Amino acid sequence: MAIIEAKKLTKIFGADPKKAIPLLDKGWSKEKILKETKLTVGVNQANFSIEAGQIFVIMGLSGSGKSTLVRLLNRLIEPTGGQVLFNGKDVLKMTAEQLRQFRRKHVGMVFQKFALFPHRTVLQNIEYGLEVQGINKSKRREMAIQSLELVGLKGYGDSYPEQLSGGMQQRVGLARGLASDPEVLLMDEAFSALDPLIRKDMQDELLELQSKMKKTIVFITHDLNEALRIGDQIALMKDGSIVQIGSPEEILMQPANKYVERFVEDVDLSKVLTASHVMAKAETITNERGPRVALQLMRARSISSLYMVDREMRLLGVITADDAARALKEGLSLESLTQRDVPTVSPDTLLNELFELMGNARLPVAVIGENGRLKGIVIKGAVLAALAGNTEIEAGVKA
Amino acid sequence: MNIPKIPLADWIGALETWLETHLGPLFKLIKVVVGETVGGLNIALDFFPPLVLIILFTAAAWFLGKWRMALFTFVGLLIIDNLGYWSQTMQTLSLVLTSALISVVVGVPVGILCARKNSIQNIVTPILDFMQTMPAFVYLLPAVSFFSLGVVPGVIASIIFAIPPTIRMTNLGIRQVPEELTEAADAFGSTPSQKLIKLQLPIALPSIMAGINQTIMLSLSMVVIASMIGAQGVGSYVYRAVTQGNTGVGFEAGIAIVILAIILDRLTQNAIRRTKKA
Repeated sequence: MAIIEAKKLTKIFGADPKKAIPLLDKGWSKEKILKETKLTVGVNQANFSIEAGQIFVIMGLSGSGKSTLVRLLNRLIEPTGGQVLFNGKDVLKMTAEQLRQFRRKHVGMVFQKFALFPHRTVLQNIEYGLEVQGINKSKRREMAIQSLELVGLKGYGDSYPEQLSGGMQQRVGLARGLASDPEVLLMDEAFSALDPLIRKDMQDELLELQSKMKKTIVFITHDLNEALRIGDQIALMKDGSIVQIGSPEEILMQPANKYVERFVEDVDLSKVLTASHVMAKAETITNERGPRVALQLMRARSISSLYMVDREMRLLGVITADDAARALKEGLSLESLTQRDVPTVSPDTLLNELFELMGNARLPVAVIGENGRLKGIVIKGAVLAALAGNTEIEAGVKA
Repeated sequence: MNIPKIPLADWIGALETWLETHLGPLFKLIKVVVGETVGGLNIALDFFPPLVLIILFTAAAWFLGKWRMALFTFVGLLIIDNLGYWSQTMQTLSLVLTSALISVVVGVPVGILCARKNSIQNIVTPILDFMQTMPAFVYLLPAVSFFSLGVVPGVIASIIFAIPPTIRMTNLGIRQVPEELTEAADAFGSTPSQKLIKLQLPIALPSIMAGINQTIMLSLSMVVIASMIGAQGVGSYVYRAVTQGNTGVGFEAGIAIVILAIILDRLTQNAIRRTKKA
C-alpha cells in the first residue's frame, strides 16, 4: 500500500484562496488565474502516491512549486484543497496536537540551508526532535549518538554547527531527520547547497543508508542528474503542476510532452543510461553442440565469435572462428579452446564507467546478471549511438 | 466659524480622577511592591561597607571584561566614595535596578507577544512611541497623584520612559530568528512554547540584552527628574545644585552619575558579548 498519497493537493496563495479552486477545476492556467483574481497558484491539484521504501523525487526549476508541495505533506504550509493521506489517514484532518505527534514520530525533514540551531551542539541538534517529544535525557542522547554514527560523524557530537564544513553540517541535518526513526524523510533540496563532489558523496551515502534503512524518502531537487541518480520515481513539476511521474527511464525515454523533452535533452546520458539499456542479444553456444555447429552459426550470422555458456546460460568464455576451425581439424572440444578472459559488467553499470573497459577490450563486453547468467553484450557502436540519442535505444528499453 | 477647543485637558484630568477612585487598591499594591523592592535593594547595598562593594563590583568587571574595565570600576567608585556621595549613589542604583528589573519582567513578555502577533505589535508600537517622546516631566504629575511623593512615582516614571527598548529589542530579536530555523523547529513538532524557550529566546538573547542595556541607561537618565518628586539619591543633589546655582556641587554629583552610568553600561555590554560567544 502507498504510504503517502496526495489527491488533488492544491495550494493557492493570496486573499480568499478557496475561490480559485473551481477555476482550477475548469482548467484555467496559473497565468490566467493570477491575471483575473490576483491569486498565485503554488501547487495545482497534485496527484501521486508514494510506495513505502521508495525514493520519490520531486523535481522542477525554481518557482515550480516543488518546495511548497513538500511542505504541504507535513502541513508546514497549510494546503488550500485536496487530501494528503499518510497510511490511509488524512493529515489535513489532524488536530494541532495530532499533527505535532505526526511530525515528531513519522516524518523527519532535512533542509536546503541545513537549518541547524547555532546555539546547540551537534548532539543537541540531533536530539531536538526527541527532546520535544519528552524522551528522557539519557535515552535521547543514546539515540542521537546512534544517529550521528549512522552519518559517519562519530566524535563530533560536542562541536557547534559553525565549526563544521557544509557537507558535515548536512550530515548533522540528516542525522537530526533520522533521529526519531521516522517512516518518511522529507528532503528539501538537501544537497543543493553543497559542492558537486561532496554532493555526489552525499548521494552515494543516502543510497547506502536507504538500502540499510528502507525509509520512504521524498527528495526535492532542481538537478535532473541528481533526480535520475537517486530517484525510484520522479515527479516533474512546472508552474505548480506535475507534468509527468515515472521512473528515470520513463522520464528520459518517453517524455510526456515538449517541456519534459526539453528538460531532459541536456542530460549527460552517460551518467544515466546503464549497460542494460545498450546491450544487444549475445549469440551463444553450448559445448555439447560442437565445433561444426559453431562454425555454421558464425557463418549464418556473419560474426567471428560466439559466447560459450552452460545450460543455465552462465558465461564460460568466448570461442572465435579460428579456434572453432582448429577444434574441428584437431578433434578438440570447443571448451578446451575457449578464451576465458572476457570483460564483464553488471547490467547496472553506467555508460561512463563502461568507456574505460571498452577502450581496452578486443571483444565486446559481456553483461552478466544474477548467478553469472549472460544477459547480453555491449558493442562500442551501441554505446555511441545511445549517447547520440539514437531512437533504436528507446525500442530496446521498451522491450 | 468658531470651532470650540477640544477639552482634552479636562478629559485627561477626568480620566485621572476616575482611575484614582476605581483602581486605588491596584495602585496601593504597586506602591507597596515597588517601594519594598527599592527599599530592600537599598538595605542590601547599605549593609556592606563601601570598600567591600567596591571590591565586589571590581571583581564582576574583571570577570566580565578586561583589566582596564576593572581598574576604571575600582577608581571610579573610590572617587564617588571620596566625594561623599556613596550612600546617595547606592540609593540611585537601587532605583535604577528596580526600574530595570520591572522593565525586564514586564517588557520581555510584551516583546514576545508583539513578535507573535502583528496585531499586538501594531497596537504596542505607537504606545511605545508615545511613551518615549512625551516629555518625561509630564509623567510625574499622574505618578504623584496615584502614588504620592517619594521614590515610587520616580520608579514608575522611569519605567514608562525606559521600558520601550526592552520591548522593541525583544520583539526584534525574536522576529530576526531565521525563518528556516523556526520552520525546522515546527517540522520536528515543537509546541509554540518549546519553540520559544528552546530556539527563539536563546537566539534573540544578545538583542534582548542590548535592549536591557538601553533600558538601564534610560532609567539612569531619569534620576534627576525623579528627584523633583522626592526620590532620594545623587539626582536630588544635582537638582538642588541647579535650584541654588551651585555649579561645583552640580558637577560633583553629576560626575558620580556618569561614573555609575559608565560602569553599568560596560558591565551589561560585556555580558552581551559573553552571551554572543556562548
